[in-house]
Amino acid sequence: MGRYVIRRLLQMIPVFAGATLLIFLMVNVMGDPIAGLCGERECDPATAAQLRKEFGLDKPVWQQYLTYMGNVFTGDFGTAFNGQPVTELMADAFPVTIRLTLVAILFEVVIGIGLGVVTGLRRGRPVDTGVLLVTLVVIAVPTFVTGLLLQLLLGVEWGWIRPSVSSEAPLGELIVPGLVLAAVSLAYVTRLTRTSIAENRRADYVRTAIAKGLPRRRVMTHHLLRNSLIPVVTFIGADIGALMGGAIVTERIFNIHGVGYQLYQGILRQNTQTVVGFVTVLVLVFLLVNLLVDLLYAVLDPRIRYA
Amino acid sequence: MPEAQYDDGRAIAPTGGGGAMDLATAEGETLEKAPAAPPGPGPAGRPRSLWSDAWHDLRRNPVFVIASLVILFLVAISIWPQLIASGNPLDCDLAKAQQGSQPGHPFGFDGQGCDVYTRTVYGARTSVTVGVCATLGVALLGSVLGGLAGFFGRAPDALLSRLTDVFFAIPVVLGGLVLLSVVTSNTVWPVIGFMVLLGWPQISRIARGSVISVKQNDYVQAARALGASSARLLLRHVMPNAVAPVIVVATIALGTYISLEATLSYLGVGLRPPTVSWGIDISAASPYIRNAPHMLLWPAGALAVTVLAFIMLGDAVRDALDPKLR
Repeated sequence: MGRYVIRRLLQMIPVFAGATLLIFLMVNVMGDPIAGLCGERECDPATAAQLRKEFGLDKPVWQQYLTYMGNVFTGDFGTAFNGQPVTELMADAFPVTIRLTLVAILFEVVIGIGLGVVTGLRRGRPVDTGVLLVTLVVIAVPTFVTGLLLQLLLGVEWGWIRPSVSSEAPLGELIVPGLVLAAVSLAYVTRLTRTSIAENRRADYVRTAIAKGLPRRRVMTHHLLRNSLIPVVTFIGADIGALMGGAIVTERIFNIHGVGYQLYQGILRQNTQTVVGFVTVLVLVFLLVNLLVDLLYAVLDPRIRYA
Repeated sequence: MPEAQYDDGRAIAPTGGGGAMDLATAEGETLEKAPAAPPGPGPAGRPRSLWSDAWHDLRRNPVFVIASLVILFLVAISIWPQLIASGNPLDCDLAKAQQGSQPGHPFGFDGQGCDVYTRTVYGARTSVTVGVCATLGVALLGSVLGGLAGFFGRAPDALLSRLTDVFFAIPVVLGGLVLLSVVTSNTVWPVIGFMVLLGWPQISRIARGSVISVKQNDYVQAARALGASSARLLLRHVMPNAVAPVIVVATIALGTYISLEATLSYLGVGLRPPTVSWGIDISAASPYIRNAPHMLLWPAGALAVTVLAFIMLGDAVRDALDPKLR
């Protein structure tokens, strides 16, 4: 187990380096990093040269990348457009987005797996067909349309929620945004669980368990569900990273000041350090969650052992 | 787009089977079995191939028929929008801004006083072009790279697998925001290029898995023993039998690319006016959603129906190609 974790951690290094380098190059393509530093005017050449030297932008890109990564590992993520250290922005933004992601994951687990189990056990019945159709529609409607419509209906027309989330973003105000963020993945989780359950229901071990007289409830939870959840757990795990990065749209609609909001601002103001810093953390989260998911397999499926 | 992210040859293979996203493993197994399964005799008494068997099923599947009709209609109006819309989408009259339905203008007018019906019809062309071109590019690049890596294994395979890991670690919308925020072009090509750039790893992973499972088949070994070259093995024996999962995922992905284009346009980095696009129209309509929801609902509805049609088509094709789920 320990050796497996170490091997996986070592394998992460090239992926982490590659992903951060990729985003670093992309951001460099994005535009002149000092263009945003002189307000609305263009910088005069002397100031520009001075700023370039100050930020090390006169050096080749690979050297800039190495310097940046060196700084990141000492906890220095650079400075945002308003002079605040990026780490301060992160300290404000990440708790909000983590709360939002947790709400979304909770929806996926409770509603997604719940509906998946119900439909998987009733394949071909009206409830199955109905839920399948609904999931297709949910997948087909883009998140920003779902978000705008729910905001209009629940927030403006019926007044059930506040149309925009306050800056502290308490959990209660994040329920509807969380649902919007989760919607598409929720539909995928439902379909995945349904297929998995329907397939494993015909497995020999389920028949054996029923034949030896185990209560139906126990067969469902201990035998069927546990075996069927492995692909679902993989999906949800991979989704955590995607949700945190994909929250840009949801956070924009509901005016949530989380990671997506800061990234959007950073990109609009061409602040490379904010963008690269946030993405670096997101990539790290993505990789670690994937490792955790792989370790979780062993919990769900005792046949899997890590050497 | 978190599709099928876990069939990446990690230390442990997930035991998932045929889930909505789990195409690589499930399809790979299926394709191995399909030729061996006793094929029902066709009308002429000949054994049917996987493809004609799938076509036989598809023709009788109402979901497939409806989705195909919708797609045919969309393609037709993207080529000849004049067929059902006589006006010009850029012909606007500010005096009529935000007005509702009127005779001759069933969907009303948008914030600039343009006819929403005409713009919705003309928007199909952009969405279909982006979807089709991005899918073709992604499928071509992904299956070539994934196929080569899966077939030859060793260092190229390891390199490609790590490279796909790198691309999967970057959220798509975020990459789009960063890369497209500098583009000032008014055409659809930067958006398509971006989708190919960030989309190919998804297909390459599936093509790789599929090729790996196919190349172990006896007929491939037999051809190799007969002295067939790698190129012949790959082109004549492996690829034709490994392409089905790629087609399925690409069809479903086509819908998601259309949706992604609209999302990027909504965020202000995708397409730009005067290009007529559902994403642009939805984005322009969103501030007025309270007073004039029709401006948003029609293009959003068209977008949803289009994406739905492609996803349903991909779903039906997968069911036809994967007899395990019957």
